[in-house]
Amino acid sequence: MRAFAYSRADSVDHAAHRITHDAAFVAGGTTLLDLIKLDVLKPKNVVDINALPLKRVERLDDGRLRIGALVTNTDLAHHPEVKRHYPLLSQALLAGASTQLRNMATTAGNVMQRTRCPYYRDAAAACNRREPGSGCDARGGLNRLNAVLGGSDACVAVHPSDMCVAMAAIGATLTLSSADGEREVAFGDFHRLPGDTPHIEHDLADGELITAITLEPPLAPAGSYYLKLRDRASYEFALASAAAQLSLDGEMIGEARVALGGVGTKPWRCPDAEAALVGQPAQIATFERAAEIALRDATPLEHNAFKIPLARQSIVRALREATRLARDEGKQEGQV
Amino acid sequence: MSDKQQSIIGAGVPRIDGPDKLSGRANYAADNLPPDLAYGYGVFSTIASGRVSQLSVDEARKMPGVVDIFHHGHFPSLYRTPSSFAQGNKVEETRLPFEDERVYYEGQFVALVVADTFENARAAARRVKVTYSADQAVANLDQGVEANGTQAGSGNHDRGDAASAFDGAATTIDVTYRTPVETHNPMEMHASTAWWDNGDLTIFDATQGVVVARNALSKIFAIAPERVTVYAPYIGSGFGGKLWTWPHAIAAAAASRELERPVQLVVPRQQMFTTTGHRPETRQRLRLATDDNGKLVSLRHESINTTSFTDQYVETCGSVTKSLYSCPNLTVSHETTQVNRGTPTSMRAPGAAPGLFALESAIDEMAAAAGVDPLQFRLDNYAERDESKDLDFSSNHIVEATKRAAERFGWADRNPQIGSMREGREIVGYGVAACNWEALKMACDARVSIRADGTAFASCATQDIGTGTYTIVAQTVSDVTGIPIDRITVKLGDSSYPDGPISGGSWATATTLPAIAGAARNALDEMKRYATGSNGAFAGASSDALDATAGGLRNAAGKQVSFAEILEAGRYGSADGEAHTEAADSKYSYRSFGAHFVEVRWDPGISRLRVARVVSAIDVGKVINETTARNQVEGAVVMGIGMGLFEATEYDERNARPVNNDYAEYVVPVHADQPEIDVILLDYPDLAFNEYGARGIGEIGTTGLAAAIANAVHHATGKRIRELPITLDKLMGDVPQARSA
Ligand SMILES: Cc1cc2nc3c(=O)[nH]c(=O)nc-3n(C[C@H](O)[C@H](O)[C@H](O)COP(=O)(O)OP(=O)(O)OC[C@H]3O[C@@H](n4cnc5c(N)ncnc54)[C@H](O)[C@@H]3O)c2cc1C
Repeated sequence: MRAFAYSRADSVDHAAHRITHDAAFVAGGTTLLDLIKLDVLKPKNVVDINALPLKRVERLDDGRLRIGALVTNTDLAHHPEVKRHYPLLSQALLAGASTQLRNMATTAGNVMQRTRCPYYRDAAAACNRREPGSGCDARGGLNRLNAVLGGSDACVAVHPSDMCVAMAAIGATLTLSSADGEREVAFGDFHRLPGDTPHIEHDLADGELITAITLEPPLAPAGSYYLKLRDRASYEFALASAAAQLSLDGEMIGEARVALGGVGTKPWRCPDAEAALVGQPAQIATFERAAEIALRDATPLEHNAFKIPLARQSIVRALREATRLARDEGKQEGQV
Repeated sequence: MSDKQQSIIGAGVPRIDGPDKLSGRANYAADNLPPDLAYGYGVFSTIASGRVSQLSVDEARKMPGVVDIFHHGHFPSLYRTPSSFAQGNKVEETRLPFEDERVYYEGQFVALVVADTFENARAAARRVKVTYSADQAVANLDQGVEANGTQAGSGNHDRGDAASAFDGAATTIDVTYRTPVETHNPMEMHASTAWWDNGDLTIFDATQGVVVARNALSKIFAIAPERVTVYAPYIGSGFGGKLWTWPHAIAAAAASRELERPVQLVVPRQQMFTTTGHRPETRQRLRLATDDNGKLVSLRHESINTTSFTDQYVETCGSVTKSLYSCPNLTVSHETTQVNRGTPTSMRAPGAAPGLFALESAIDEMAAAAGVDPLQFRLDNYAERDESKDLDFSSNHIVEATKRAAERFGWADRNPQIGSMREGREIVGYGVAACNWEALKMACDARVSIRADGTAFASCATQDIGTGTYTIVAQTVSDVTGIPIDRITVKLGDSSYPDGPISGGSWATATTLPAIAGAARNALDEMKRYATGSNGAFAGASSDALDATAGGLRNAAGKQVSFAEILEAGRYGSADGEAHTEAADSKYSYRSFGAHFVEVRWDPGISRLRVARVVSAIDVGKVINETTARNQVEGAVVMGIGMGLFEATEYDERNARPVNNDYAEYVVPVHADQPEIDVILLDYPDLAFNEYGARGIGEIGTTGLAAAIANAVHHATGKRIRELPITLDKLMGDVPQARSA
């Protein structure tokens, strides 16, 4: 760990002004401080943004839900609007980390969290993401936890977030603020594929700050399910996870959303799989075909080939559960 | 003794140190902050083999708060300890820190920064520039055998002619099992706080053995043992990782002497995977054969484990194999191979834990080959006496343990057909395995005082590593003297008290209690002498006519005088007793026995494997404290689940560097992984072993559990997994071929 200058920002403008390439915002600190202690991140200035007024969750007139960047993962998971209209997001948040971490972790911090690739976290290993041009020790190393989707020769690191998988499935927009004003970026465009430049992880310029994430209006009536598969039962990053959401039109699937975690270099929305679901009967054969399609382009490394069938399984089971819940939902609506 | 006094042995007395721990009053090694304390932080090698070619401290030296930076070119010269178990000065890594520029493993100390704060020390440590000249590292067991072959180990055994018997047998199996490196991950990290005063060393160390640490440090610093005091009043557990002194403790003490101020050194979690021991990797070949009646006629258990280039550590995988089953022709052999890892050490049930994974998996495979139910096969083949020592067991209830656990578990409902038991989406698997551990007892000294205020004080230089030793010592004093628990003070974890055992090998209870009881009886005798002396309350009476009860002495006529009054009458501060008890004899083979039954649930649709239920029946002699004993077995079962399903320290085969050496990626069971655990304690006193008949319970529960899981997994899935841990990828069907890197 290296010493850094610490300051507190008292307005969004103020925060944005302070941020340069060798500075970092700190929110919950659960990613940032960990990586500073490991000598992986070495900011000279750390700007504490916890005093900014970005802690609200509000329903907009157009039916969307706007979440302040500093809303904690715990508060978001238990927020009545989220529990009621976005149970998928609530489930995904609660599948992540531990209670203590979720109490500290923030919405924007979660979006910005770094990969758990062990070679990224080891300052003595070669890693293009940490040190451009140094190489990738994961490709020929112990890569059981690495990505099967979206990797490049330069990098096969997984984006580890659970929350982001649900957001990718729900659809969202990030609001970024800087001295020049605000801009909006679609959630799916925010995280970058590694390509030749894995160190450029997202579409956030120097001097920019995430101030809010706004979720698309909920699908209704719909069922959704977040399924996280891992070695132990809790407190572990996903080996594969799936966020599934669908609405039913009788026995047919109306709309469908599918996203994957634990297998991709970014939160992985699966549009082709979704297209293969829409208008089809809500049954296992359909789900299996969608899962095949979702993993069509997957490329295994030496130790992670199992993630491909595992990700398929996560999709099929999540869709089955979502269907079951959609049917329940439908029945309830009928009763009202 | 009255009924009430007798009942305290075996009762579920709550831990007497519980309130201190719960309220944060318990002081652990790194909680000690003497005035003028300086903090150390290590610089750890980032190569696994080679040497430090250049080490520059210029930049680090200028960092705020830095006091000094030690390394191989700047470190006092120390002495090696002979590292003898018999002499009580054993260490696992005999090489001294900073002895030379050689690097034998990743995460080895190559420098030590000492600064005024922990943060300054860590910041400066990052600025020490180390250049290495790296050699090709030997990264794992296979590479070690290939590059260096093997060295003979210890604990071997041979009887009959296993090879010929195998060749002529009706049914045989020949299978190889592997277990990975597992790393102790106690909550409390290794830590030492050391200071010197007029040439005397005081060290608060997270150690499971204050006496051995004292003796080893006295050798290393070449001073009399009386001039070293090691304190470990509380240990945030150790699991064997804290049995012996590791380089950081030596480095902290040496730095403190050089700097003439106290120094504290905490080992970061990452380096607890490198420089403080681990359970080594093993490869075990099992060859078994039965006759037409399903009786074992040949058994060979040949194992190789990894060790370091500096020391040989033998993981005695065949230790249990020698005597658990009856078999006339048997060979157990141990070999080691050198790799670029730190020196391994004991981890809960060393030898037996990996060894019984292999043996008890093989027994299932053998039973299947012979067409016998795995439970029946065990009952048919359990040994009735120790054939390796040609001795009777002092007390062995394994048949009863197995049958009682089988009944509680519901083994009779097991449909032997693979994958046949289903519940919803899950396939249920049942597995069984025996567990076993040698009962050991060492020599021990102890002191007990009955004091003028009516309280008692007991001391022994053993430790409570979280297992309940404080409490059972108090129970023993109470049992002998009749003084209630809440008026008994127990002091452990201080090397200046009478020499006690290391807290390891499951022998602390069996070793300590007889010495404590002896000392308490001697204190009572002293009390009786005071009472029967010329001015005593029972002047002229015979000591034999007095009974200790309810905090005093009583005669046959019912006259009762409190200890306080007796002492006051003589103007004595206390009645003291000391005792020395000897190590176990060799009249019998002393062992503990048991059986685990495990239910796993396999959901093939999502490749999810969970342990749902465990029933364990354990025969460890007399149970001294129902609560702490049960807790030991439950904890051991959970650790066995970790071993079975999750735990493995992974090393990059290209350079021998560990890759998952942190607490998130080294997977141990969490609460959500806990199954229903049902522990049956048989509670048959083994009075040939010691006066309480207690054999010790810390380790046995960890043995056999991983095999019971593997056997249950086989029952559920048809897959025989011979390499731990049993992760979901090993059970999945349609895994595609990987693209080569
Ligand atoms: C042991 C462990 C286990 C975990 N397990 C899981 C898991 O299972 N699933 C999961 O999803 N996550 C898991 N996490 C990750 C956790 O969710 C993240 O660490 C957390 O969400 C980060 O949020 P934070 O507020 O603490 O971020 P910080 O650490 O404060 O910041 C993280 C990054 O985001 C930047 N940042 C913060 N706020 C803003 C902003 N408003 N605008 C721009 N940049 C910003 C910071 O500069 C920094 O680069 C785990 C973490 C740990 C340590």
